[in-house]
Amino acid sequence: SADEVKFELTPFKAYRCEAPAAVATSNKKEMLDFWYQMTVMRRMEIVADNLYKQKLIRGFCHLYDGQEAVAAGIEAAITKKDYMITAYREHCTQLGRGDTVESILAELLGRKSGCSRGKGGSMHMYYKEANFFGGNGIVGAQIPLGTGLAFASKYLKQGCVSITMFGDGASNQGQLWEAANMAYLWKLPVIYVLENNQYGMGTSTKRASSNPEFYTRMDVVPGLQIDGHDVLAVREGVKFAADHCRSGKGPIYLEMKTYRYHGHSMSDPGITYRSRDEVNNVRTTKDCIEKTKNRLLQHSWATEAELKEKQREIFKLVDEACARAQATPELPAEQVWEDIYQGTPPPFIRNVIVDDSKVSA
Amino acid sequence: KELTVRDALNSAIDEEMARDPTVFLMGEEVGEYQGAYKISKGLFQKYGAERVIDTPITEMGFAGLAVGAAFAGLRPICEFMTWNFSMQAIDHVVNSAGKTYYMSGGKINVPIVFRGPNGAAAGVAAQHSQCFAAWYSSVPGLKVLSPYDVEDARGLLKAAIRDPNPVVFLENELMYGQAFTVPDSVMDKDFVLPIGKAKIMREGQHATIVTFSRMVGVALQAAEELAKEGISAEVINLRSIRPLDRDTIIKSVKKTNHLVTVEEGWPQSGVGAEIAALMMESEAFDYLDAPVERVAGVDIPMPYAKSLEALALPQQHDIVRAVKKTLARKL
Repeated sequence: SADEVKFELTPFKAYRCEAPAAVATSNKKEMLDFWYQMTVMRRMEIVADNLYKQKLIRGFCHLYDGQEAVAAGIEAAITKKDYMITAYREHCTQLGRGDTVESILAELLGRKSGCSRGKGGSMHMYYKEANFFGGNGIVGAQIPLGTGLAFASKYLKQGCVSITMFGDGASNQGQLWEAANMAYLWKLPVIYVLENNQYGMGTSTKRASSNPEFYTRMDVVPGLQIDGHDVLAVREGVKFAADHCRSGKGPIYLEMKTYRYHGHSMSDPGITYRSRDEVNNVRTTKDCIEKTKNRLLQHSWATEAELKEKQREIFKLVDEACARAQATPELPAEQVWEDIYQGTPPPFIRNVIVDDSKVSA
Repeated sequence: KELTVRDALNSAIDEEMARDPTVFLMGEEVGEYQGAYKISKGLFQKYGAERVIDTPITEMGFAGLAVGAAFAGLRPICEFMTWNFSMQAIDHVVNSAGKTYYMSGGKINVPIVFRGPNGAAAGVAAQHSQCFAAWYSSVPGLKVLSPYDVEDARGLLKAAIRDPNPVVFLENELMYGQAFTVPDSVMDKDFVLPIGKAKIMREGQHATIVTFSRMVGVALQAAEELAKEGISAEVINLRSIRPLDRDTIIKSVKKTNHLVTVEEGWPQSGVGAEIAALMMESEAFDYLDAPVERVAGVDIPMPYAKSLEALALPQQHDIVRAVKKTLARKL
């Protein structure tokens, strides 16, 4: 459109491929959309944080705030036909694929209107309608699974790529090497997306990775290091990677330099292994939403007041979604027996006490 | 028609691949090498490298990859050269395949078959001689099948491939070369057996022997020997370890009032232990005239030497002895 503008990006660092140019064009509508999406994501995570502190969300809960540009940027570079799989920090990935805030919060609250009917919880969300396969609680296990999605794309000649995401912690798992080895051998269209938020739980990359230049670690698989705080850089990097995959060249490895503001999970205050100053410094100098907002202001695509007003609307929408989620019940007891096998309920499900066992007719 | 268990498995895979283009075979040496145990013989030539896929030696990687392909709607047959190596990949069998349908609230089913030889072969020592029936059958979300003969091999494998859920298929290397005569119906390309149903291999009045896989043959021989002494043993081939055909076992025990379980695996938390618990937890208890006897692999890692290996595994005479013991005892 007429208001296309060129933005300078942090230069990509490339390994075994030629880095794409460090520029992106965008316009008012796109940038407003990015700002909106990322603001909804962040607000949803803050609401989840509050629900957790009220003890309404149980167990594990890994929040994504700080990393929103990665989820939003990837979605802008691919379509919903493309496959996606990630680890357990996936609330915003689920949202990016098209699920609703209500469905996600309801799952966190364990309600029957949740995306997994309250059976999965924070780590097990799926959105098959848009080819999102979770949501995996086992660090690194999603990597061969995502490679299998790419295998299916090639087998069925779908032309889809598989976005297979994991953190810097999981990148030390042997199964990444196993999967990437096959992906390269068989030229599978898989984009390995390493979200390097600098810490695997409480262990910094320096303490866990012999070579912290992650994008260079995959031997023959080309790699790119991308500024994961910049939604446009993420989009351009993933576009480049998707073209690489769709042209039949096989896998590519993207390292997104990013940061999480929260601790690893809700039980981690997140300041024992890093300083408050470090967190605040990223917030004030690199924040993905601030960066997008500044671009909007810089080009007079929005005013501070307009964005404030929109933000109020977002807060209200998320709060309303939360209220609706809280208003729904958990699944009725008899449905705890369901979803074990497709089409063939077990003939006998032993209960805690054998007398209460479920016998199928 | 007479054919071997190997050919039965081969023909089952072949027919299902011909029937459904989303079925493919993946594993170590399944293609160009024609299978470490030749189960996939000729399939690479027939279906090509796109559907008969040689993997690197990377169990965790290719098992996970196969599960991911199943997420997307393909129907992988994932061969473990032996089930012993599945321990490298057990997270994908249990967590990725077995639990996803439940975790996703019924959104994502995983139509995959993991298969390969299970349990002890001959002279391959401890790391290559372990039965996984008890391990995998303890996991809700998995179906666990273990064929004995040609009828089982064809009917159960075809059923497993057509099932929309993850199936663990436990074969036995020592059975591969054994031939059985089967009626034409078993050779029908749509011959499938119901998953979760045991088969009474031999009817009897005095004692019930419940077993699976290669031990079905040993139990049948034991029953033959017992018959000469006027003891009539009923032999049940479980076929399916999960779901377990409780009804068939209970019904038989109500008739014979005596139960012997036979397995190659270890006794602790074994399939026999589960069936003994079933006796305690069902009306069958009231019909037992004597305690359940368990015949199981010895509670040690498998030794290598021939005589020692034989000592570690149930033999025909052990089954005969166990049946006689249960018949001699009174509650």
